[in-house]
Amino acid sequence: MFNKILIANRGEIACRVIKTARKMGIGTVAIYSDADRQALHVQMADEAIHIGPPPANQSYIVIDKVMEAVKASGAQAVHPGYGFLSENSKFAEALEAAGVAFVGPPVGAIEKMGDKITSKKIAQEAGVSTVPGYMGLIADADEAVKISNQVGYPVMLKASAGGGGKGMRIAWNDAEAREGFQSSKNEAANSFGDDRIFIEKFVTQPRHIEIQVLCDSHGNGIYLGERECSIQRRQQKVVEEAPSPFLDETTRRAMGEQAVALAQAVDYASAGTVEFIVDSEKNFYFLEMNTRLQVEHPVTELITGVDLVEQMIRVANGEALSITQDDVTLTGWAIENRLYAEDPYRGFLPSIGRLTRYRPPMEQAAGPLLVNDKWQGDAPSGAIAVRNDTGVYEGGEISMYYDPMIAKLCTWAPTREAAIEAMRVALDSFEVEGIGHNLPFLSAVMDHPIFIAGEMTTAFIEEQYPDGFEGVELPDADLRRIASATAAMHRVAEIRRARVSGRMDNHERKVGTDWNVTLQGQSFDVVISADHDGSTVAFDDGTSMRVSGAWTPGDQLAEMSVDGAPLVLKVGKISGGFRIRTRGADIKVHVRTPRQAELARKMPEKLPPDTSKLLLCPMPGLVVKLDVAEGDEVQEGQALCTIEAMKMENILRAEKKGTVTKINASAGDSLAVDDVIMEFE
Amino acid sequence: MGLKMKDILTELSDRREAARLGGGQKRLDAQHGRGKLTARERIDLLVDEGSFEEFDMFVTHRCTDFGMENQKPAGDGVVTGWGTINGRMVYVFSQDFTVLGGSVSATHAMKICKIMDMAMQNGAPVIGINDSGGARIQEGVDSLAGYGDVFQRNIMASGVVPQISVIMGPCAGGAVYSPAMTDFIFMVKDSSYMFVTGPDVVKTVTNEVVTAEELGGASTHTKKSSVADAAFENDVEALAEVRRLVDFLPMNNREKPPVRPFFDEPGRVEASLDTLVPDNPNAPYDMKELILKLADEGDFYEIQEEFAKNIITGFIRLEGRTVGVVANQPMVLAGCLDIDSSRKAARFVRFCDAFEIPILTLIDVPGFLPGTSQEYSGVIKHGAKLLFAYGEATVPKVTVITRKAYGGAYVVMASKHLRADINYAWPTAEIAVMGAKGATEIIHRADLGDAAKTAEHVADYEERFANPFVAAERGFIDEVIQPRSTRKRVSRAFASLRNKDQKMPWKKHDNIPL
Repeated sequence: MFNKILIANRGEIACRVIKTARKMGIGTVAIYSDADRQALHVQMADEAIHIGPPPANQSYIVIDKVMEAVKASGAQAVHPGYGFLSENSKFAEALEAAGVAFVGPPVGAIEKMGDKITSKKIAQEAGVSTVPGYMGLIADADEAVKISNQVGYPVMLKASAGGGGKGMRIAWNDAEAREGFQSSKNEAANSFGDDRIFIEKFVTQPRHIEIQVLCDSHGNGIYLGERECSIQRRQQKVVEEAPSPFLDETTRRAMGEQAVALAQAVDYASAGTVEFIVDSEKNFYFLEMNTRLQVEHPVTELITGVDLVEQMIRVANGEALSITQDDVTLTGWAIENRLYAEDPYRGFLPSIGRLTRYRPPMEQAAGPLLVNDKWQGDAPSGAIAVRNDTGVYEGGEISMYYDPMIAKLCTWAPTREAAIEAMRVALDSFEVEGIGHNLPFLSAVMDHPIFIAGEMTTAFIEEQYPDGFEGVELPDADLRRIASATAAMHRVAEIRRARVSGRMDNHERKVGTDWNVTLQGQSFDVVISADHDGSTVAFDDGTSMRVSGAWTPGDQLAEMSVDGAPLVLKVGKISGGFRIRTRGADIKVHVRTPRQAELARKMPEKLPPDTSKLLLCPMPGLVVKLDVAEGDEVQEGQALCTIEAMKMENILRAEKKGTVTKINASAGDSLAVDDVIMEFE
Repeated sequence: MGLKMKDILTELSDRREAARLGGGQKRLDAQHGRGKLTARERIDLLVDEGSFEEFDMFVTHRCTDFGMENQKPAGDGVVTGWGTINGRMVYVFSQDFTVLGGSVSATHAMKICKIMDMAMQNGAPVIGINDSGGARIQEGVDSLAGYGDVFQRNIMASGVVPQISVIMGPCAGGAVYSPAMTDFIFMVKDSSYMFVTGPDVVKTVTNEVVTAEELGGASTHTKKSSVADAAFENDVEALAEVRRLVDFLPMNNREKPPVRPFFDEPGRVEASLDTLVPDNPNAPYDMKELILKLADEGDFYEIQEEFAKNIITGFIRLEGRTVGVVANQPMVLAGCLDIDSSRKAARFVRFCDAFEIPILTLIDVPGFLPGTSQEYSGVIKHGAKLLFAYGEATVPKVTVITRKAYGGAYVVMASKHLRADINYAWPTAEIAVMGAKGATEIIHRADLGDAAKTAEHVADYEERFANPFVAAERGFIDEVIQPRSTRKRVSRAFASLRNKDQKMPWKKHDNIPL
């Protein structure tokens, strides 16, 4: 076995690979750019080598720089992770030339599968079901329109070298085909340096289901079940699960066998993923093969008990697979939620900045990975599994240079229902502050009836959230549970307040038992009777709830139990109550005495203040740059201009969505406080 | 019980009921219609339920002019007495706008003076709820005399017991000067205003057209004038927040600040603070993150949040004990000192010193803001206020320098030279006369044209002074600490200073540069 392995990647995947390498007793080498000096993968690795400035095209994807690091470290193998150089055949060649093992498939397989047109031809020859389409290269927009008509709308225009949703467009008519061709081409040129485009039939009501394959260099190949990845936003996967709630055993076997056949047709030897599109009749069509470890590989690991990274390393070391197809069983259900640094309330705008708080839920080992002693890391064991693959930490910085995905939260349970419930609780327990993130959106998806029923297609997000995500309105039953918990919590806080020093003896404040809770427009009168292990909260309709939990004032996470069911709340302070975040909702909860409540009801309802339609200069300073132009539509939070004051650059952002009607300043202007920089419609 | 006694009791309860009705149901309803609570409802929310003891419920005015002899409402437009906030005594007056517009008569003022005298004698804070149309014009100079009596008591009580003003309606003319002399002023958004002369007079005299809200509303006074310390959405929230503030304050200048049971480990390590100061020395960061991570339970009561945001002032608790925090905010104007921030912080430091509240100073200050507008407006004297306030303060003073501490601003901000007790620095601290570039341009003026040489000089200067160790070698810094253990170190520092006893030389009073 190798003594030392270099991980040519960053973020969560680098950390993930390090965990397995460590478990196998292999030394690890990280590489890092200037932006990643303090990154988690650098801290975790045994050695770390600096490879250049922050932009990936000057560091992580510069083959020469990575090769230098490989040589300097004396690593015998390189794991490329995903993205970056993972599917770059030139990199694999360079490693081969240097006598260093590439933890991935042979160069030939990368080349053949890396090109969408070639891969489709090979797939057809290998008897894999493919989508009707035009395999040749398309010269210009006119030809694109002609071919689209031959294939029949709707069609999908795709970059030959594409992946991850980049360089992909759907067209329903000639105009869209023309436009889509140009934009795919541009995007492909920018992202991959390869602007070849092809066209294929766009399958409606599609589900994205992929097969994990694993092959060695001795001709053995197996499939490890499927992953359902239909929940995507702009072709970017958000939620994945394994197995798929849609497949039956026959389809699964057919897809698996075709996937292995394809892999073997290109002498594949490593872990790889064959992506299929599946229509409502369970017809499946080959989409592409990813010749690398897939982002969502943990769900496969959780239901099969196979450590895919370990298998990749063993295969790269020339070992034969020790598992046969018959050894592969799918046990239980695993769900993955991707945590993105994207603000769902602001059109999923990427959010960068400092993670002032980052507390993932406690990891817990369970299921086949635990049984096989393949759990990566050292979580305590339990009945359900919680796994968080992450590359960030509290106090770390989310930079603008890399992928906004900061963690992959997975749960495993014996049933799908239990895995979803475990995920809901895990999401509620996940504390992320300082940046915008999609946790509330993920919670909303976990509670969505279509997802619960397992009936999602790749259009799920587009169809269910056509106007974006605007938060969650909680059902009454949840409101009562939250009201019970917060009433009990508030009472604890009030009792503590009444224990301040300097009280007038014998005239202390007595904290009462009657409270009123208002939240999400509802009002509940409750009576709390507390005892040594919790509180009983009685509602005025005669029902009551039993609340327990170890919350004390100041705790930002309340892990409560209401009537025996877990209720996890993120708790913030507001005057006279709490800001509560749970199940994707973000609400203000006021807990008041009956008298306070009576008087609070007399208070006028104030409309949110009309935020000015002007951007005023908040400080005397120099305009460094304007990020928008007159007529631009801006999103809330979007950078509008940069003002330098006291030699510091301050970015001014839009307070709300709007259109810039007038700009009164230009770069280089010196402004005073309250000078009008720009006006909005 | 004899028949007579029963009649007497009935009369008492009838009289009480009449007094409680203030200006009558119609006016009470009108008060609610304006989004305001009544004087008594406000007291209900301010003090612990059932704890209010009222005085002078039956006081009436003595005016006989302009038909006033025909309307003599019991209580005369102000409700006074004492109650408890979480069991600790406070004196309260609450002006009743429903009674003659809450106008101040001689007897109205007398009631306020009575509880102020009691508060001083018995050592408890005074909380005034202001909702008054102003002087009772019918009484003429008697009303003005009443104001004067209240003002004098505000002055006498200053520094003896905490005084808090809550503006919950109009407060105009001479009436503003009583709150102005109290320690804290809170306002309610959209339903309170304060000004010396109202919009009508302003228009007559200066032709300036301005609304009452623009002239003296909550936004004006919290953001522009700094007259008010905070503004709240409505009466309920304002009174809840006054209660929260009182929990931080000692009852008088003879006792230590209160201690409250706390649920937070004093030794709590915050690893994320190690990365709070960015690599780029000119990049801002949010000092509030440090405050929130230092404080017990992340609880911070900010004073003047909306004004001079380049400095942060407010109260936290460490090990359950109140600590006043003054901190430069690198997010705003790079955290520099200027006129507004110096005045804001100086007043806060003096409040803390007057009431034995220890002061924690968190420093990242590149210097004083340069410019003609600052110099013309007297930054020299205003900056000196903060210097003076720190130097005269005898309460425990602990200082943490997170990054820049440059020039005069370094000395001003609770340096060792101003009798700070314990001065810590993070390893990222730079204690120097100025930034490396500026310093180099002066020391190596001759090489200014030579970019390479200048860069070399800058690097040399940084190497020499952009660190806390030069100051630590001289003992100006007691210890260089790990950012992650700041809470523990600061808590222990204050613990070691609990019995601090420092005296100033006898003087009638000092002559702070006002």
